Amino acid sequence: MTDASSRSAPSRGRNILKTLEIDTRLLGMVGAFVIVCIVFNVMTDGRFLTPRNIFNLTIQTVSVAIMATGMVFVIVTRHIDLSVGSLLATCSAMMAMTQTSLLPAMGLDFGNPLIAPVAILVGVATGALIGGFQGWLVGYLSIPAFIVTLGGLLVWRNVAWYLTNGQTIGPLDETFQLLGGIGGTLGTTGSWVVGALGVIAACVAVWSARRARIRHEFPVKPVWAEAVLMVVSAVLILGFVATLNAYEVPARVLERQFEAAGRTMPEGYSQGYGVPYSVLLLVLVAVTMTVVARKTRLGRYIFATGGNPDAAELSGINTRLLTVKVFAIMGVLCGLAGLVASARLSFHSNDIGTLDELRVIAAAVIGGTALAGGVGTIYGAILGALIMQSLQSGMAMVGVDAPFQNIVVGAVLVLAVLVDILYRKKTGAT
Amino acid sequence: MADRSGPPLVEMRDISISFGGIRAVDHVSVDLYPGEVVGLLGHNGAGKSTLIKCLSGAYRQDSGDILVNGEKVEIANPRDARDHNIETIYQTLALADNLDAASNLFLGRELTTTLGFVDDAAMEAETRRIMGRLNPNFRKFSAPVKALSGGQRQSVAIARAVYFQAKILIMDEPTAALGPQETQMVAELIQELKKDGLGIFLIDHDVHQVKSLCDRAAVMKNGELVGIVDVDDVSTDDLLAMIIAGKKPEHPAA
Repeated sequence: MTDASSRSAPSRGRNILKTLEIDTRLLGMVGAFVIVCIVFNVMTDGRFLTPRNIFNLTIQTVSVAIMATGMVFVIVTRHIDLSVGSLLATCSAMMAMTQTSLLPAMGLDFGNPLIAPVAILVGVATGALIGGFQGWLVGYLSIPAFIVTLGGLLVWRNVAWYLTNGQTIGPLDETFQLLGGIGGTLGTTGSWVVGALGVIAACVAVWSARRARIRHEFPVKPVWAEAVLMVVSAVLILGFVATLNAYEVPARVLERQFEAAGRTMPEGYSQGYGVPYSVLLLVLVAVTMTVVARKTRLGRYIFATGGNPDAAELSGINTRLLTVKVFAIMGVLCGLAGLVASARLSFHSNDIGTLDELRVIAAAVIGGTALAGGVGTIYGAILGALIMQSLQSGMAMVGVDAPFQNIVVGAVLVLAVLVDILYRKKTGAT
Repeated sequence: MADRSGPPLVEMRDISISFGGIRAVDHVSVDLYPGEVVGLLGHNGAGKSTLIKCLSGAYRQDSGDILVNGEKVEIANPRDARDHNIETIYQTLALADNLDAASNLFLGRELTTTLGFVDDAAMEAETRRIMGRLNPNFRKFSAPVKALSGGQRQSVAIARAVYFQAKILIMDEPTAALGPQETQMVAELIQELKKDGLGIFLIDHDVHQVKSLCDRAAVMKNGELVGIVDVDDVSTDDLLAMIIAGKKPEHPAA
């Protein structure tokens, strides 16, 4: 066996990356994202990288990004889910019908604080049930996921249609709408508090991982490397919060708010939006899914099954039940995505989530999830969703014709996978 | 020599299993005592692996009983087998290539923290400990097992069986993909495990290896048991005759 150290000394830059243990493919994706942003910023004379546009980009990404985290699990276990857009529509329709006709019929009037939580619960439960059912068809009846969810693509889209008679259902409950994006934000102070908590959590996570390794006497990174990691994550988190805080609520909106409260707006008063609740929801989903992937048996089994289904089964893992769980998780996330999407529009429409399955799969694949299974990250999928959304809205801002927009997005997907294949060949990485 | 005074560690009695009308295993009985290595010999398709998969829980026999320590047990899946301290090292090794050594070693039996999360640091520590015993040259603890050599992968698979205190170990051609040095390592390990009182079923093609490693050899042909012999009583030619012609030696060689 040859030792790594006996080979020719690698370049200094690579050394630093190695010490920091940063994934080079993550860096590549971040690089691609930065290039996309800069190019559009130049082409739009600086309109792309304004707090306003970044805020909009963020809230437009949330729905697809939430589903993309679940798609990572589905693809890692060597399945696919083509029904997510339709499932989102069914969940959204269930939530809309619950709050506009079901609950009012039961005596809960509009504006009742119970309406939003009950509706959300119904939506999420719908997603879990349908997802679990599709997972059962795949896992226990051994119908290929491609077929089950291709059928689901048609079925659930039209179940949503049937539930609402094809009508647009709205306006939705006001509390419910808070999760749509611009309609519900934390405000500047709240955002800073959340940002600070995030920084603390990141630092604690880095430090406790180090402590665990020291306790077992494993080699650890130098302290400066850990410090750099902490500083970088702090800068990213607080920078993001600062950007969202910098997007100010238009003066006339504020004036209207003061009028409604029966007061006059003080001279020179201004207020930033801060972090939207929907983004907070995405962060929550991302953290939970990452913890599930890395720190729970469920996650371990998902990745083991993707790497070698036979081995997983021989190790006593119930791979059939696992399939049900993975699709149920996907369903729950479709429910949450439906919540964000319909709340953002402030109504449920018949075509909500159309073609989202393609965006979600593309986000996961661009984010480094291998269709062969066993490999994928949650943060990659979210970054993938962000890249897709940036391309789309960037092109819209530049004034690219609609057909060309889709042509570019499609080509980028194929190109991203090609680059990924070349990267894996070169590094021999999994 | 194995102690055969008590009940056998495991006894497979009159096992039969068919696949689509083909009798893969036809009324076969074998047993295994503590501290004993029983070799299973036969051509490809003779039914050795199928027989043993009934014991490891991968298949379910159509008829026949499995007894562990003299008591009848039901083995419906790999988890049941593990519960009876039956561990299997498959020919394919059954490793998840995308995970590291520790994750594979503990797959299905992860160590968890008090909060129920998998405890990677503790598992890596245990892996380092057992690898220090089995294969002291093993260093790649954080690499996915895909990046390991054949011998290193084999040692991960063996470590998995040994770590969980197997009483009955099934090895399906453990040295098929290994070089001479690594084969020697496996041979030494088998001797060591024997001393600890484990019973080992060794499926192998190599008659010489069976002669040197095993106490007894069970030979199968076309799903049927040709016979079980003490390896010291027969020559390699006798064993070959059993495998090829299905002929049991009438007068055991002196």
